[in-house]
Amino acid sequence: MDCTQEGPVSRGMNTRTPVIELRQITKSFGSFTAVHTIDLVIGEGEFFTIVGPSGSGKTTVLRMLAGLETPTSGDILLRGKRINDVPANRRPTCMVFQSLALFPHRTVGENIEFPLKIRDVSKADRKARALQLMEQLRLPADYYGKNVTKCSGGERQRVALARALAYNPDILFFDEPLSAIDYKLRKTLEKELKDIHRETGKTFIYITHSLEEAMVMSDRIGVMRQGRLVQVGTPNEIYTAPNSKFVSEFIGDVNIIPVAINGTGKLHSAELGAEFTSPPIPAGFRSGHLVVRPESIRIVERSDSAENRLSGRLYNEYALGSRIQYQVRVGEQVFIVERLRQQAFQGGIDSEVQIGWNARDSILVGD
Amino acid sequence: MAEASAPAIATRQPRFVILRWLKLRPGAAHALPVIAFLLIGFAAPLAWVIMFSFMPERSFSLLNEPTLDNYVTIFSGTTYRSFLWSLGLAAVTVILLALICYPIAYGLTRVFGRWSTLLTLLFTIPLFVSENVRLYGWILFFIKNGVMLGTLKSLFGYEGETWLFTEGMIVLGMVYVYMPFMLFPMTLGVSMVPNETRDAAFDLGASRWQVFKEVDLPLAMPGIVIGFLLSFVLAVGALVEAKVLGGQRVIPIVHEIELAFTYAQNWPLGAALAVLLMLVVGTLVMLVLRRFDLDTILGRR
Repeated sequence: MDCTQEGPVSRGMNTRTPVIELRQITKSFGSFTAVHTIDLVIGEGEFFTIVGPSGSGKTTVLRMLAGLETPTSGDILLRGKRINDVPANRRPTCMVFQSLALFPHRTVGENIEFPLKIRDVSKADRKARALQLMEQLRLPADYYGKNVTKCSGGERQRVALARALAYNPDILFFDEPLSAIDYKLRKTLEKELKDIHRETGKTFIYITHSLEEAMVMSDRIGVMRQGRLVQVGTPNEIYTAPNSKFVSEFIGDVNIIPVAINGTGKLHSAELGAEFTSPPIPAGFRSGHLVVRPESIRIVERSDSAENRLSGRLYNEYALGSRIQYQVRVGEQVFIVERLRQQAFQGGIDSEVQIGWNARDSILVGD
Repeated sequence: MAEASAPAIATRQPRFVILRWLKLRPGAAHALPVIAFLLIGFAAPLAWVIMFSFMPERSFSLLNEPTLDNYVTIFSGTTYRSFLWSLGLAAVTVILLALICYPIAYGLTRVFGRWSTLLTLLFTIPLFVSENVRLYGWILFFIKNGVMLGTLKSLFGYEGETWLFTEGMIVLGMVYVYMPFMLFPMTLGVSMVPNETRDAAFDLGASRWQVFKEVDLPLAMPGIVIGFLLSFVLAVGALVEAKVLGGQRVIPIVHEIELAFTYAQNWPLGAALAVLLMLVVGTLVMLVLRRFDLDTILGRR
């Protein structure tokens, strides 16, 4: 059985009322199908992140939700009402773009006030609201008259968010707004964004190609691949129970062993010439991958009771701060093993080691 | 090696004695040929024209006593009409060009896709043909029994009056001739407006018109302003359109200048007219550039 065929599982919605719903959404550009029959329900006040590699169709999904693209088929429902034909300027949604799309000919204040000016809010009220938002987003008040092109990357990020919040939308969309920002500032802004989400209680729909970023902020994550939603779940579910090789690889460093059922009904790796005990094998499973996280594999001593064992050679080690990562080669296959720094392996590079893991720490996925 | 040769370069003296004498820095010394070229080729003729404008009527020498007679003649006569015609025709032309070119520029950058290159080429091709030839082409098209009226007559028996030799025809000719000078800078301007910025304004609740007014227009303004200036300055200097298509019904200021220099053999008067035209157009251009600081529009300052 191919586990990806199970389709997305909508877990983690808990008791939220649905705010936006995609029903069998497909979007084609000419002969190219960017988005393929997506079904998804996002709850009120949820922080939902769509993750996928570039070209997986995630931006197209967001643009359809924002009203900047129309689906080729299927329906988009906002609180139960079909909004396919409602243009972007009449949807209670607002997008923070990848390029931020700030108005370069306007000051910080004018940028933030733009949606209010469009609604003919009086000048004094506009300014008051802008200053209030600037304070909330930790922009100094004297930036009000500053040329927006003179702001730093992080400041522009905040201006873009303030402008979106000034529109006072029910749902905010984010199209990889942090992708061009350096690591340290990105980490800060990720947390700030999650705080803003908490403070405003609005629904946030976020797009990124970094599952790590998604994990930090999201209530739920949807993973996209080639225009399809391959898995939907809480960060914990995605992390502990990926439903395919693709999703498990996407999370980061992970050991993947191609396996098949052999004559005796056991999991067998032809490359490693070894049999494995694994979690229960689904009926009909013929071949797939055994996924083991680096922290679940250990370098074993003779007395260890690990259910699966392989002999290999320690090829290299990398210090990751709190942890140390080891590269162990078993035949042609490279395994990544992690240990806490305090429990560093004492044997040197090139020493013969045995690695092992327990069946319950491994995940069996389809191709 | 490197240590030894470095001081040698620093202390090397200019080879030409005059440069050493002028105590010029190397940068200024290298600019000298260009400065000399500009002085002889550009500033000197201009200075000659300005000086001639202060010479007595019909004189051909700069050695006479300077006088303001030419300016007095111009301000007491009816030459101002030619000024007004030239400025007016140029203004109408530029406004029409802006209205015609913006949709085309928008289409070229956002709508026509891969056909844009072909269309751009089609707009460029007429530039390879002499302006006079193209204008006589219009004569053949509009003249009585010409392409248009001749066809109407033979097919439908309709006998109309020719539109040639009217003010409208002059404007048509000018719009046609100066179109590329508005279109291409404008296309560049329109292409500088990022799609995401337009999407963002629309997404923030702006109507299509508001997006145009608040985003498209201001961000395309550098290209639009350059197009305005380029086509206006050229249109003020337009001469053949009025001569050929207007049948000398209107005498633009450039025609007056030409007449003064040739037929009337009155160089000082022509020079004075030229100086006044330069002043008027120069002032207008300065005012526009002050109002629309291109760097500010682009957010560079």
